[in-house]
Amino acid sequence: MSGVRVLIGTRKGAFVATSDAGRTKWDIAGPHFAGWEVYHVKGSPADPDRIYASQSSAWFGQVVQRSDDGGRTWDAVGNEFAYEGDPGTHLWYDGTPHPWEFKRVWHLEPTRENPDEVYAGVEDAALFRSSDGGQTWSELPGLRSCEGPKWQPGAGGMCLHTILLDPTTPGRIFIAISAAGAFRTDDGGQSFKPINQGLHSQYIPDPTAAVGHCVHRIAQHPARPDVLFMQKHWDVMRSDDAGDNWHKVSGNLPSDFGFPIEVHAHEPDTVYVVPLKSDQERFPADSKLRVFRSRTGGNDWEPLTAGLPQEHCYVNVLRDAMAVDQLDDCGIYFGTTGGQVYCSPDGGDNWAPIARDLPAVCSVEVQTLP
Amino acid sequence: MIRVELPLALRELARLDGALSLDVPQPATMHAVIDAIEARFPALAGTIRDPVGRQRRPFLRFYACHEDWSSLPLDAPLPPPVAAGDEPLLIVGAVAGG
Repeated sequence: MSGVRVLIGTRKGAFVATSDAGRTKWDIAGPHFAGWEVYHVKGSPADPDRIYASQSSAWFGQVVQRSDDGGRTWDAVGNEFAYEGDPGTHLWYDGTPHPWEFKRVWHLEPTRENPDEVYAGVEDAALFRSSDGGQTWSELPGLRSCEGPKWQPGAGGMCLHTILLDPTTPGRIFIAISAAGAFRTDDGGQSFKPINQGLHSQYIPDPTAAVGHCVHRIAQHPARPDVLFMQKHWDVMRSDDAGDNWHKVSGNLPSDFGFPIEVHAHEPDTVYVVPLKSDQERFPADSKLRVFRSRTGGNDWEPLTAGLPQEHCYVNVLRDAMAVDQLDDCGIYFGTTGGQVYCSPDGGDNWAPIARDLPAVCSVEVQTLP
Repeated sequence: MIRVELPLALRELARLDGALSLDVPQPATMHAVIDAIEARFPALAGTIRDPVGRQRRPFLRFYACHEDWSSLPLDAPLPPPVAAGDEPLLIVGAVAGG
């Protein structure tokens, strides 16, 4: 493998960083879509030159961009996200009914097989699919049947932010919503069921309710797809049965509040999180930016600090802002709300910045190039 | 021909250099102007008017002849000087943000 391409979405545009397999010298291109919020940028596993980007603004709404040349040039594709039928209401922050309204695309997930097939997770929470390269979008409305009127937004909005396309079970998709929880379909999206058994959330009236949990992120290793790891609002969780049951694996973390969670490309039991002090103080504990790694599938965690700021650090790492590459020595990447993007080319042992002064980073994805 | 001035972000999105003049069927309305913009620049579809609700995006304003026409229904006729191309229609982004 010859190198990597890091796709960075920020509050004021998108950037593309490239490097050879050494991952020490970087070329950075951008900003693309300067001045616009770019919540997510992701490449197609089937065709690395095909990349999708979610571009949005409070003034001009949602635009979906598509590149067919690895991010050098872009063209706007379809941006009509119409809910199927009358979507009705969900709960607002104060508990009153609130009409379902499309606001933006949080996450784009191209399928492994077809660069023209891509899923979009949106706010207000719903799952859409395009089969024509993003030109048209159709909702998979079965998801909202899972007690949708009871869903409530998290602080960032009622967003569908995680889409995991199961690599071995056809038709199986995991999704997660803040603050509704995790859901799974086994029939390609016709029907979904909540998979929140074992979650405990003291900030909702029934801490073990079927829906209402603020799931921040789910991660999966493709070689062991029934094992899922979850960073919840509080708690790091693990499931060994495709989400049917969860148990807590926060172990010795200094805090189990955080946003991203990722799994090493070649070690299914090696997991990464970035703990924050608390949901009130969303910055690293002790003002030290530390990634925590577990080599045991949770519970036992070690801090990774080499090359990361260990004083006066008050950034956040958002849920879509961490990724891993597929090189033999797995690279780990994350971006911060302070505009830094870090890479560790050795599984987390050592870190160095790719960029230090970008706008606040919303998302980081990595393509491993042939 | 109706003359339209777009915000910089939309001119960049449309890859539009210079002035914009549109042939709009009479009676000219905001809906008709936006339809013509979206037909010529598909990348701008939904950026001025929500594609589902077909309402003006709340952070955009429509000015013409030194007056604010934003509150008029989108199917109301535009002022004659705008329809005749004597005065430009200004589509303006609200001053906000950080």
